[in-house]
Amino acid sequence: MSSGRLQLRKTMDKLSKAVFFLATSFGIIALAILLYNIISQGIGWLDWQFLTSFPSRFPEKAGVKPALIGSLWVIGFTAPVAFVVGLGTALYLEEYAQKGRFSRLIQININNLAGVPSIVFGILGLGLFVKNLGLGRSILSAALTMALLILPIIVVASQEALRSVPQHLRNASYALGATKWQTIWRVVLPAAFPSILTGVILAVSRAIGETAPLVVVGAVGFMSFVPNSPFDLFTVLPIQIFHWTARPQEEFRYIAAAAIMVLLAVLFTLNALAVYLRNKYQKRF
Amino acid sequence: MTNNQPIVAKKTKNKRDFGIRSFLLLCASVSILTTVGIVFELLFETINFFREVSLFDFLTDTEWSPTFQDKHFGILTLLSGSFLITLGASLVALPFGLATAIYLSEYAPDRVRRTIKPILEILAGVPTIVYGFFALTFVTPIIRAIFPTAGVFNALSASIVVGIMILPMVASLSEDAMVAVPRSLRDGAYALGATKMEVATKVVVPAGLSGIIASFVLALSRAIGETMIVTIAAGATPKLTLNPLESVQTMTAYIVQVSLGDIQHGTIEYRTLFAVGMTLFLLTLLINIIAQWITRRYREEY
Repeated sequence: MSSGRLQLRKTMDKLSKAVFFLATSFGIIALAILLYNIISQGIGWLDWQFLTSFPSRFPEKAGVKPALIGSLWVIGFTAPVAFVVGLGTALYLEEYAQKGRFSRLIQININNLAGVPSIVFGILGLGLFVKNLGLGRSILSAALTMALLILPIIVVASQEALRSVPQHLRNASYALGATKWQTIWRVVLPAAFPSILTGVILAVSRAIGETAPLVVVGAVGFMSFVPNSPFDLFTVLPIQIFHWTARPQEEFRYIAAAAIMVLLAVLFTLNALAVYLRNKYQKRF
Repeated sequence: MTNNQPIVAKKTKNKRDFGIRSFLLLCASVSILTTVGIVFELLFETINFFREVSLFDFLTDTEWSPTFQDKHFGILTLLSGSFLITLGASLVALPFGLATAIYLSEYAPDRVRRTIKPILEILAGVPTIVYGFFALTFVTPIIRAIFPTAGVFNALSASIVVGIMILPMVASLSEDAMVAVPRSLRDGAYALGATKMEVATKVVVPAGLSGIIASFVLALSRAIGETMIVTIAAGATPKLTLNPLESVQTMTAYIVQVSLGDIQHGTIEYRTLFAVGMTLFLLTLLINIIAQWITRRYREEY
């Protein structure tokens, strides 16, 4: 091979490294611009008054109180329901089910559900919870819809956590005479719990940020009171942001940006918690 | 008596184990019931919808105006909106996502990879409503400065931002596929004198191609189902167009538009929600099945 050709190949190699690196930085730069864009617009409007006021026709008086409390209400019902059902499904698939047709069906079904657009879950929620079960446009309808939406994420994360618990721990427990459930409850779950919790936190943060299904379920754009029962009308942070973004007046964009800062602060805190748990309890058996 | 004690205890334990097993089985059936629920809800109102609108009109009419006096129900206009956005998004996400995956799996030193991956995870965790805000307040003004004919709502702005949204998914799934390519294949190529670029593009990418293509297909499915970005940035004008500077309406954006009004149960508007939802559901289901099929069918076993 002539040295001219070798030189060319080496130059191409260097060039390609630069190209791949630049392409990688595209995502990072986009994130940086996005955060800067939001903070620069919202920072001036974010104060205690904003967190404790109701929405208003006057941007300078508006706040996110009902949306914040609404988000808490919805997540307060979504998280336990999705956690119990999700972990239960994972335990059944990993610890109990025979590897037969039925467990394969459940597994394929969960993978498919994970790919269903979130707005379709909204239509399910509207048809099933709001209309058929007569729960109306309530916090409960919203929470149950969200629970079904994040269920696949929790199942898959819990399955991985359970699978990473080595078989010899189970065998040791059986050798001591423990039943299957005693083994699961006292040996498997404690070992897998940190990873399960990490998965649940990530799923919950997904639910906190979701907008589309709740628009369909019937979230309210303008709430002048704070919900105090699960059957009340509701709004949540992303919905409040959506309604402010859709307003033509420029000031409402600034308070939308301020509300986005509140939402992102909640999500980043949860994500940091998940990363912390993952690092702290990461076990190698 | 004392001899019987353990046996009795064991029996109650077994009974309890049976109860627990049944409860867990019940939990596992919830996901099946969810799918059944989705299909049943969609099917029921969709059938009602097709009692009033013929399937032929639904598939061939080139107008979508269910709320007007002169009602038209041509799903093609909404489909073309969704495809235009998805096409634009893939032009952003596929090249940049694949290049990111190649950089992370082949070039990046461990320390750099450990910094970049969490940043991409943050990008993936940003709520779509925030992306929508970003599209409207940052990307759209830039586009309108470059192309003065562009509307306040245009498909281009929405496509670019949907592309940014699905980029981390392409990058992460493609990287998984490339990391799974065994070391020995790379070493073989290096031993023949290949450069890093040649190893990456001629060995690793072809070897991981099934996983890479599956990641592309899944990302497209995500783009079709994306809702808030297209609702905020692409507008609400259902029309057949390939001009990205115009406002379009996607299937998802239509569902949001109808939901925002106070829809009455049993009206034709209520039913369009389910007919459009059904179309969207079937389309994304088909795409997801294709993606799973590609991964299974072409999985390279090393």
